[in-house]
Amino acid sequence: MQVLESRQVVREVSSPEGTLTIVADVSFGVERGESLAIVGPSGSGKSTLLAMLAGLDLPTRGTVLLNGVDLSTLDEDGRARLRAGHVGFVFQSFHLVPALTALENVMLPLELAGSERATERAREALERVGLAPRARHYPRQLSGGEQQRVAIARALVARPDVLFADEPTGNLDSVTGARIADLLFDLNREFGTTLVLVTHEIALARRCGRMLTLDAGRLVADTRVAA
Amino acid sequence: MKRLLRYAFVAFARDARSGELAVLFGALVVAVAALTAVGFFTSRISQAIRLQAAEVLAADLRLESGRAPADAYVAEARARGLAVARLTSFPSVVYAGPTSQLATVLAADGAYPLRGALRIADVPYGPGRPAIGSPRPGEAWADSRLLARLAVPVGGTLQVGALALRVTAVLDYRPDQGSGLADLAPTVLIAAADLAPSRLLGPGSRATWIVLFAGPADAVAAFEAWLRPRKSAAERLVDAGESSEQMKSATERSGRFLNLAALVTVMLAAVAVAMAARRYASRRLDLVALLKSLGASQGFVLGVTAIELALVALAGAAVGTLLGFGAETGLAWLVRSLLKGVLPAPSLTPAWLGLGTAIIMLAGFALPPLLELRRVPPARVLRHDLAPPPLRYGAPYVAAALALALLLYALVRDPRLVGYAVGGLAVSALVLGVAGLGLVRATGALRGGAGLAWRYGLANVARRGRESVVQVVAVGLSLTVLLLLAIVRNDLLDEWQRSLPAGAPNHFLINIPPAEADSLRAYLVQHGVAEPVLSPWVRARLVSVNGQPMQARMPKSDRGRAFAEREQNLSWSATLPPDNRVVDGAWWTSPDAAHPQVSVATEFQEELGLKVGDQLGFDVAGESVVATIANVRKVRWDGFRPNFFLLFAPGVLDASTGTYMTSVHLDAAQRPALAGLVREHPSVTVVDVESLLAEVRSIMDRAAVAVEYVFGFTLVAGLAVLFAAIQSTRDERRYESAILRTLGASRRTVLYGVAAEFTALGLLSGVLAASAASAIGWLVATRLFGLHYSFDPVVWLGGMCGGALLVGVAGTLATRSVVETSPALSLREG
Repeated sequence: MQVLESRQVVREVSSPEGTLTIVADVSFGVERGESLAIVGPSGSGKSTLLAMLAGLDLPTRGTVLLNGVDLSTLDEDGRARLRAGHVGFVFQSFHLVPALTALENVMLPLELAGSERATERAREALERVGLAPRARHYPRQLSGGEQQRVAIARALVARPDVLFADEPTGNLDSVTGARIADLLFDLNREFGTTLVLVTHEIALARRCGRMLTLDAGRLVADTRVAA
Repeated sequence: MKRLLRYAFVAFARDARSGELAVLFGALVVAVAALTAVGFFTSRISQAIRLQAAEVLAADLRLESGRAPADAYVAEARARGLAVARLTSFPSVVYAGPTSQLATVLAADGAYPLRGALRIADVPYGPGRPAIGSPRPGEAWADSRLLARLAVPVGGTLQVGALALRVTAVLDYRPDQGSGLADLAPTVLIAAADLAPSRLLGPGSRATWIVLFAGPADAVAAFEAWLRPRKSAAERLVDAGESSEQMKSATERSGRFLNLAALVTVMLAAVAVAMAARRYASRRLDLVALLKSLGASQGFVLGVTAIELALVALAGAAVGTLLGFGAETGLAWLVRSLLKGVLPAPSLTPAWLGLGTAIIMLAGFALPPLLELRRVPPARVLRHDLAPPPLRYGAPYVAAALALALLLYALVRDPRLVGYAVGGLAVSALVLGVAGLGLVRATGALRGGAGLAWRYGLANVARRGRESVVQVVAVGLSLTVLLLLAIVRNDLLDEWQRSLPAGAPNHFLINIPPAEADSLRAYLVQHGVAEPVLSPWVRARLVSVNGQPMQARMPKSDRGRAFAEREQNLSWSATLPPDNRVVDGAWWTSPDAAHPQVSVATEFQEELGLKVGDQLGFDVAGESVVATIANVRKVRWDGFRPNFFLLFAPGVLDASTGTYMTSVHLDAAQRPALAGLVREHPSVTVVDVESLLAEVRSIMDRAAVAVEYVFGFTLVAGLAVLFAAIQSTRDERRYESAILRTLGASRRTVLYGVAAEFTALGLLSGVLAASAASAIGWLVATRLFGLHYSFDPVVWLGGMCGGALLVGVAGTLATRSVVETSPALSLREG
């Protein structure tokens, strides 16, 4: 069953030079539990596509279905509710809340969704990424790799259907990046989460089961990667 | 809801801990502290000033009547817990052996005076000391003039009606002696119990019955409200606010100075709150985008924001009110000698006012930018350049400004002052905005020939466009107010105090017969007194206006009736006297005796509803004189020179002149010469206004200290705006400086660039502020305080140099830590 589907999605923005097409007529579907990498050069529309798939932005034309729900039929709050229940994020620049401790950052999505036992579950998630001893630390007291591990714990703590990751290793050195990638794929397998990953690192993309290549907003290749 | 509250509380605690709310909270605390301190202090000072003004009445409220007032008034006053004293005043001839003198007999009960104290001396014109009690039955306290004229020493006997009273003291001063020039005859004070045995008052006798009331301000006001509609038209009620022209003028002005300071402080703090909220909102863009990406709804974002703001308001109001209490206590301690033991009213009103201010300020000036946060696109988590649509503050800010104006009106109850202050600041903001936009654009064009740092700095001013204009407006407003503060504090207070110099006249000499004018002048000069200017003095009654008899157009107010019914003091003059300013019509240049002209004071004009061109008919000693109003004068009554509600052009009343009057300054060593003067010129009456003068001076000194202290808050509020304005571009600056340093710019180059930018901003704001401050200063001085104002080049120099220096140094210092942060860290944190 497809957990995510993009049907002829187009995203245009107006600029002083006229209308610019960022994403042009992109269609594909993602099966539950699948891992998918979206690759392409800078400016190819990867992040814009990711934003629309996650309901952070709406397409100018076309449809995005998440768990069978057409996102363009929902208002912003409806999309937010959907995200709270079904979607997790890992960002390139971590996006931890500087004023919150590692534990509080992980608790955030649970608190927003009104879940029970938020503290307990967040603590378990931190333990799972190996950061239980640093639960009371603030982001500025953590290294880049540690911050990204907190972000992964935050993304998975609510057991989302889909995990979106935007250049998750882009801000890390290669050794740390590789460890983070290991963690991400291990947890993804363990929880059976669908993973949608935007990256320009082919090596990372190859660890996914499938690779979509974008160029100038167009989907130019949809490749199955042999495990 | 529970979840929302929990998250909002946690977020508030976290934001408070991390210092995110510091600027917003600080600005709010300054506003609330200033407002509550000023509120507490103004009420206390005005209470002290009111008490002092009450001294002139010897009471808080004074009822005068030609008949004995109803006992019901006294009973009601007593029931309301007010103190009551009764006085009876009437003219009578007093004898000492074969000599006699017309005197004003004042019979007072033991409670007199209710405000102020009597002073007595051992010899006529000798040094006075506070009296204990008042004359007992069988005793009389007579003033120096009476004893000098009758040549009776203390211990001698005066025949008052059927009674022989022993003079036990010279009456040196009674608080209500200066409330007018009506009591021209010298006074003898006797006990109320001696009134009946003296057999001076029979049925139909001409006397004035006076009842004095005093008590807590609220009770007096309530009683006055009760009494006013019940008293008869013949009964005249005077409260401390209208006790005497001099006192009234001094009290009003000091109150206005204080209120002006309070208004300006609150408005500046509002600007600081708005600036701080903008930055707070812009710093929350990423957080809100993140929360939304994690599933937070718009309602949740709004709710958290509103609850956090409410918590900030509560905390700010609490801390601000506490600080306000503390500051007020400090202020009261500073001026404790002036407060004469007036205790603060233990009232919670200023605390509520503080909370109200905090809520209005945050709801009005902080909520609009924060409400816009709900429109932050969640995709900002992926693309940092995505921002909500440009913020539109216009309508909410206007609404907030109106709410603030209402609040300020509730505080000062002076619509004109609030109008001038709010209008002045709004117009200044608008002018600063427009001029700032032009200057910011021009700055971009100027950068060509400058060095790297300047080019970078000036380019930044131009590039930040909108932000730069906001900064110019905010910094300009705070500089405007600081400059205005300097003008008001120095120029206005000096100007006001100069109007009452050390040698201000402290004695009025009246009833000077024309034939004795020269010899009196010679006598004074011989005793070292500066040669006085004598003003002619005519008593006349106003009988008609434009041919309509006064009975047909009797004014409603007590004061208006007094103008219409009583004999008025008239004079004439070829030139406009000092302390007088023509506000309508024109002063006469070549008056024509065939067409008599008269000039009226604003008080007279307003009470009787007159205008230039009206024909006033007078009865001058039985002769009818009709004169046209040529102009209306604003008179400064606190100058202590002879001034008249009605002044004629020369040639009209010359023949009717009965006497002359003048005012002179006599120091302590010269005062004994008065005894000789009174003997040589027996018809001349000397009125001693030294104590009244001292009271007015003391009000001025008090106001000066208070205004300086209150302006301290204004200074802090101004600095808060400055700080908030500098802070507003701090985050952007941090990123830019990191990029510049990554590109190889030295820390010094970046810092010089920042210094150049702030110096340019300060210079722009300074020039604009100096213009605005001069204009407002002129308006305030001439329109509000009736003072002369001269444009001061120092203000311009101070504005330009001060602005550049202050903003340059403060901005650079505040941004230094940003420049010094490691570029890697700045870039990583975005």
